[in-house]
Amino acid sequence: MSKINNVPARSKALVRRETRSAYLFLLPALVFFIGFVIIPMVLCLVTSFFNYTMGDFTFIGFGNYIKMFQDEIFRIALKNTILIVVVAVPTVTAFSLWVGASIYKMHAVTRSFFRCIFYLPVVTGSVAVSVVWKWMFNKYTGLFNTVLMGTGILDEKISWLGDERFALWCIIIILFTTSIGQPIVLYVAALGNVDPSQIEAAEVDGATKLQTFWKIKWPSIMPTTLYIVIITTINSFQCYALIQLLTSGGPNHSTETIMYYIYYQAFKLNQYGYGNAMGIFLAIIIAIFSAIQLKAGQSND
Amino acid sequence: MNGKLKAKKPYDIFVLVVMFILAVLFAFPLYWIITGSFKDAAAINAVQPEWFPHNPTMDNYVRLMAKPAFRWLFNAVFISVMSMALTCITAAMAGYALAKKRFVGQKTLFTLLICAMALPKQVVLVPLLKEMSFLGLHDNMWAVILPTVGWPFGIFLLKQFSEGIPTEMLEAVRIDGAGEVQTFTTIVLPMIKPGIGALAIFTFISTWNDYFLQLIMLNSSKVLTISLGIAKLQAEMSNDFGLIMAGAALGAIPIVAIFLMFQKYFTQGITMGAVKG
Repeated sequence: MSKINNVPARSKALVRRETRSAYLFLLPALVFFIGFVIIPMVLCLVTSFFNYTMGDFTFIGFGNYIKMFQDEIFRIALKNTILIVVVAVPTVTAFSLWVGASIYKMHAVTRSFFRCIFYLPVVTGSVAVSVVWKWMFNKYTGLFNTVLMGTGILDEKISWLGDERFALWCIIIILFTTSIGQPIVLYVAALGNVDPSQIEAAEVDGATKLQTFWKIKWPSIMPTTLYIVIITTINSFQCYALIQLLTSGGPNHSTETIMYYIYYQAFKLNQYGYGNAMGIFLAIIIAIFSAIQLKAGQSND
Repeated sequence: MNGKLKAKKPYDIFVLVVMFILAVLFAFPLYWIITGSFKDAAAINAVQPEWFPHNPTMDNYVRLMAKPAFRWLFNAVFISVMSMALTCITAAMAGYALAKKRFVGQKTLFTLLICAMALPKQVVLVPLLKEMSFLGLHDNMWAVILPTVGWPFGIFLLKQFSEGIPTEMLEAVRIDGAGEVQTFTTIVLPMIKPGIGALAIFTFISTWNDYFLQLIMLNSSKVLTISLGIAKLQAEMSNDFGLIMAGAALGAIPIVAIFLMFQKYFTQGITMGAVKG
């Protein structure tokens, strides 16, 4: 820094030249980023204040936002979405930590085998995976009813995806299996990076396995946990594909989520402004959740 | 060998058993898709599940080909390859600039990229569709490719890799009179090759499986991808499980094969992407 201050004229020219070449390198990426990420975001925010339908485009201030809170179905969707997040995030995080901790010390081949297996539902894709789940949950030919009736746990067949009491839980189970792949990969990497000398020191001091885990490993994988919690939260809030493929929000709105309702309003009813207002609301909630998690994670250090 | 066996405690054995049971459960959907695609109608609708096709048949695939299934597959490949290539090129250039150059507005730009990444990208699909219609790209495969390339994950990933290039090396070639372009192609690109590999495979797989974006942007049968095709079969011929399984197999097998071939790079990609925090 002080060197630059000594030769201001030259450094200014240097900065200008560097800036110009930097932006030339950034240009292609920025065209795509601004064009197809920033502009839609701005449009989303702006149009959320308009009554924006096929034939209408009038400014209504916070009208869409007020309508949202009076909308019974939106409230159901919000409740379901929060239930999904509250159930999925802790279970995904805890389970993937357990799997990660169980396999990270295994032989490289075994470790990589398990990592692949748990990633398989993600790679296979929601659409192909949902085909199988749809069959498993089927009332007449499905695997669940066959097994549960065969073992005498159930007396009569259940239409799992067609029953208000079970449909959302079925979705959460599938979401779980398609969500743990990435966290496991991250935990395996993070646990492998924990300083081994610290672990050895603790073991020499006579710490039990559990103590070593909570005192040494857990704090050092905290950033990974935080990242996993945040990405799982974002993904769970945006749960859409499984619902569109399996239940269409039904029965009786029992699997309605905010994301599904946004697209129902925007693409089935052409209520673009209203859909965008809900989108902004969802973005704000996700931002608040992420901020709380970040704060909690940092104060833990 | 003996010592290793002795070291196994009850808990370790319990873990191993549970892991193998879970592995079977997690591999099951793919197994069921593949075996199901070779079953005849009687076997696939049987109440007592047939764990392995007794009378394997190609009939489902024959009927699937009558749908333009190869067209769907081609479209999915086209979209994924284009997204992959453009993402790698733009992200390599931008990542290098962010990591190795000092320029006006650097901090602001970096913050903007981070904030955009933290936002749910599905939320902007409604305005994005409007924008695509405005550009005349409605129902066009580029409407899926362009927003995929715009997503800043790749920039972060390759910035991470570019930071590993020694600055002295860049200065040395500059003193030797190399221009910006030459520095980039002869020094930067070879140095960040593993990063580009990771990003390429990551983008390919996530684009292939981005059902939601495809669903919003593509409608007519000539632009459908394999994911959309399977969903269409599921909606229109929901009783023909064999045909649906064949479609699902056709969609899943190529991407799983690619994943298994390149899984080392792939793992590296998600791990490095997370390090930036």
